Amino acid sequence: MSNIIDSIRQENARNDLPEFGIGDTIRCKMQIREGGKTRIQNYEGVVIAQRGTANEKAITVRKISNGVAVERVLPLESPNLTGIDVVRFGRVRRAKLYYLRALTGKKARIRERRVYKKK
Amino acid sequence: MNGLIGKKIGMTRIFDEEGRHIPVTVIEAGPCVVTQLKAAKTDGYSAVQVGFGPRKPKNTTMPMQGHFRKAGVEAQHIVSEFAPDEGDELKPGDTIDVSIFDGVELVDVTGFTRGRGFSGRIRRWNQHRGPASHGSKNVRRSGSIGMHTKPGHVLKNTQMPGQYGNKQETKKNLTVVRIDQERNLLLIKGSVPGSRNGIVTIRISR
Repeated sequence: MSNIIDSIRQENARNDLPEFGIGDTIRCKMQIREGGKTRIQNYEGVVIAQRGTANEKAITVRKISNGVAVERVLPLESPNLTGIDVVRFGRVRRAKLYYLRALTGKKARIRERRVYKKK
Repeated sequence: MNGLIGKKIGMTRIFDEEGRHIPVTVIEAGPCVVTQLKAAKTDGYSAVQVGFGPRKPKNTTMPMQGHFRKAGVEAQHIVSEFAPDEGDELKPGDTIDVSIFDGVELVDVTGFTRGRGFSGRIRRWNQHRGPASHGSKNVRRSGSIGMHTKPGHVLKNTQMPGQYGNKQETKKNLTVVRIDQERNLLLIKGSVPGSRNGIVTIRISR
């Protein structure tokens, strides 16, 4: 890729996001504009896919909201994404968890991955 | 001067101040060197001829070498003409950069579309294919191309296979998102005709 394109992508680069992977449950702090005012809304769900490279990554976050499944594709560089908290690490064996769409209830659970702090 | 010659660098995305995602094409626009001034008196019309990009003199034809020598400029990769503005005080050898797009909202971008060679009607005109089974021999073939004795000939502009792409095309009224004067970059919303590293001309929309 061209250096010029890379440098323009670099403008959006950020390093304030924690490390997380596919299958993790995360809480995204989304900035929302309503009638000239802005507020932070949390969006919590499971990361089921990641796409893009370098400074053009996007993740798909799935949650069940009032019995309705919601999936949002969030560009990680978006200024509207003010932060991410990792709620729970998940142990999965795939890069794309699209199989969750066909599952509900207890079948749609993801095993937890215990993370121990390094000494 | 109402435009510049440039090189398409590629596409990426940026975010505006409200966090909206904007797809942009990055164009290296200029700097262009004035190679000739055409006047209504001598040439029948007035225009500014500018050149863009370096070209080795040994790869330049002798007539063009003489043309550039007369203007006192280095050999240029490509030359093109633009309409002059009233009150322009240009002379051969002057450099014009991307700052002419300062404050401009809309531009037209002309380029040569990516060549796809001799293509069938499915790729070229987005037609449907025929049935694949039940003895069909018409999978990607052209179907009927007209009527019978009346009119007795194939209508003009009937969609048929042929050369697709590598044809000059202009996209009009594209929004200028950003100008980077230091690096001579122009960021335009959306796509523009041509491949990466393709030559495009950018004109201010009327």
